[in-house]
Amino acid sequence: MTATATHPTPPVPAGGFFTQLRRSTAFLPLVGLVAISVFMIVATDNFLSVSNLQNIALQSSINAIIAVGMTAAILTGGIDLSVGAVVALSGTLASGLMVHFGLPPVLAVPLGLGVGAVIGLFNGYCVAYLRMPPIIVTLATMGIARGIALIYTGGYPIDGLPESFAFLGSGTLAGLKVPILIMLATYLVAYVLLNMAPFGRYVYAIGGNEEATRLSGVRVSRYKLLVYVLSGLTAAIAGIVQAARVTSGQPGVGVGFELDAIAAVVMGGTSIAGGRGAIVGTLVGALLLAVLNNGLNMIGVSPYLQLIIKGGIVLLAIFISREARR
Amino acid sequence: MTVTYEPPREMLRLEGVSKRFPGVKALSNIDLSVRQGEVHALLGENGAGKSTLMKILGGIHQADEGRIVIDGTECHFAGYGDAIAAGIGIIFQEFSLVPYLNAVENIFLGRYLTNRFGLMDQAAMQREARAVFDELGVQIDLGVPICQLSVAQQQFVEIGKALSLKARLLVLDEPTATLTPNEAEHLFKVMRALRAKGVAMIFISHHLDEIFEVCDRISVLRDGANAGHAEVAATTVDALVEMMVGRRIEQSFPPKPQPAPNGRKVLEVPEIQLVKDGPVNRFDLHAGEILGFAGLVGSGRTELALGMMGADRTHRKTVLRNGQPVRLDDPTQALAHGIGLLPESRKVEGLITDFTIRFNISLNNLGRHRRAGVVDTASEKRAADELSRRVGVKAPGIDTRVATLSGGNQQKVVIARWLGHDCDVLIFDEPTRGIDVGAKAEIYQLMRELTRQGKSILMISSELPEIVGLCDRVAVFSGGAIVATLTGDAINAGEIMRHATSSSPSLPSSSGSPS
Repeated sequence: MTATATHPTPPVPAGGFFTQLRRSTAFLPLVGLVAISVFMIVATDNFLSVSNLQNIALQSSINAIIAVGMTAAILTGGIDLSVGAVVALSGTLASGLMVHFGLPPVLAVPLGLGVGAVIGLFNGYCVAYLRMPPIIVTLATMGIARGIALIYTGGYPIDGLPESFAFLGSGTLAGLKVPILIMLATYLVAYVLLNMAPFGRYVYAIGGNEEATRLSGVRVSRYKLLVYVLSGLTAAIAGIVQAARVTSGQPGVGVGFELDAIAAVVMGGTSIAGGRGAIVGTLVGALLLAVLNNGLNMIGVSPYLQLIIKGGIVLLAIFISREARR
Repeated sequence: MTVTYEPPREMLRLEGVSKRFPGVKALSNIDLSVRQGEVHALLGENGAGKSTLMKILGGIHQADEGRIVIDGTECHFAGYGDAIAAGIGIIFQEFSLVPYLNAVENIFLGRYLTNRFGLMDQAAMQREARAVFDELGVQIDLGVPICQLSVAQQQFVEIGKALSLKARLLVLDEPTATLTPNEAEHLFKVMRALRAKGVAMIFISHHLDEIFEVCDRISVLRDGANAGHAEVAATTVDALVEMMVGRRIEQSFPPKPQPAPNGRKVLEVPEIQLVKDGPVNRFDLHAGEILGFAGLVGSGRTELALGMMGADRTHRKTVLRNGQPVRLDDPTQALAHGIGLLPESRKVEGLITDFTIRFNISLNNLGRHRRAGVVDTASEKRAADELSRRVGVKAPGIDTRVATLSGGNQQKVVIARWLGHDCDVLIFDEPTRGIDVGAKAEIYQLMRELTRQGKSILMISSELPEIVGLCDRVAVFSGGAIVATLTGDAINAGEIMRHATSSSPSLPSSSGSPS
């Protein structure tokens, strides 16, 4: 049928829902999530309770939100190591504005988010326009952002945040904790951006073949810049949620968060080389890590041993997904 | 076919060497004989099989049939190491030197002399290296990383390395391509000195005047087969060009429009200079024509086209589109002015192979299929379907990944992308490279069809038959400059090769005749 005729219409459909699901890069992570959950259900007493499930979602929320921007950065073939420091910077800045300057949360929160976007803009400019390697640029801004947060706070947490702000971290709406809602909203927006808007197509195209994308006339630099702005922004959202949860702007928070976010992205089936992956997979990856944390705690595995188990599972996941792709 | 008499001091003999790569016969039944102390030229067009033959001689490829005989003994090379052991040294176009090591460290790479403490014996190695270079009669600073040496000096280091490995047959693959005339002259002097010492050399060059200057005998390859042998003293440039070009099996090209299209100028480039002090070129493109950029590989055709459309930096350029001056600083601006590119390497520069046909086609015109900020997939699918039909992509559907398509179909997908954007100036860089004969004919038909619709095509091609069979006008490149613009009956293989192999005067503003 391919020899003489051009394509028969309608074109061969992409298949039903399950075929599509099976082809998605998020499929294997989903299988992993289900498998580990089943194990936890058997191994523990109340894994499946509503409060525990909500707890898992809550625990995963901050990492999951950071991982949204990280997914975009990794899809283009880049990376953003500055996210953990941005969590601290945006949280402390928003806290300081409320506590020291008496700004209401409606103003302080957008400014906190803004500082994340500015760090992202700087990262993006260096990567996209000055053509510096992302790993170096964001390693540098990781130090810079952390340093600013420490100088701004003098190294001490900023306490005494208003209750309306704390609502963002511990409030409940429609039966769900607010951080979970924020996480879901962030993923909804990211899904639309990456899967439905032209922006997403360019992100995948850049990761798939940057030179071909450039030669086809797409403004590659502009979209790479936007990816880092997005990453700074989602890290800042996580920073606000983090500060609201503990009702304190802490300059030391977020150390190592970038690594958790990268783990979530990669566990979610996104290729570290860029071009392949899915935002849904990242959510699955973040949940998987949270389930693992939660379950291992409930079983009573020592925290030291947990580190080793989690490291091993990350390696195993990458190995399986590589073999499956062959 | 082979030389008429058996020379007494034959050093190398290749007999009936054949090599097949998947889908293509690269070499068939090649004979070659090189004597001790001679410089033997190996000639042929791009893709005639010279490099493949030399890779077989160097043990990098293995011949499917045929024998390699060195000093009367048949040899089998499983790798480059075997060839080196047999006394063969190959100086490739891309050097195999380590840029941050100095000449001595490069020469002794992998076989460092050590003293009794197991440390490198710098003094002994220096001594030996100096002896090699003295013998060559060249001055090399042994203390600096070789990336700080000139290209010519690096070449001498390569030669010195081969000689220190006791090479008796040197292969020089286009050594002069990157040298200035003075440096080339120095190289020839070294070659003559080596010849006097009895070293045999195979010299590959496209510059026929160099062949006459330094070589003794000549073998010509054409389409992977022997096309003839000659003594330098008893041949002429015309005879060699005839051997290189030969009589060809004509491919089915669509008829050229008569008279040649001479519509309005859709693109005028009154001056373009890629680098400071480089040649200044000018050319025009008329509506409905196919303009060929012909020349040898490395003669600057792709660079000029990419520089023109803003994909690469240029030192100085003026471009007029439909009579109006335009700024073309990047491919996005080129696209905005209706200029599209089918790049030389479709997998590296043309396509996102992980994407479907649809995604590849709509890559640069998603703006046309946008509703409320998101991609209107229905409209996108409609357009991609229509475009891929128009260029004749054969695939199960537009949601097929392009990685699974044949080369010809992949090429059509890239073409469809530009048609979707209503580009009417199309730059086709080696449009039929690596695709089969049938698909080639289809691409030719498609190109003619596009020009009939008023689009203009600038085609860069290293395949002479394609240039001759398809183009309405041909700009011939040599050394970065357009040295001739041919029309009508002047578009024939002999004429093109004559201009392409002339050593160009690579002076500024010595551009060829424009349209």
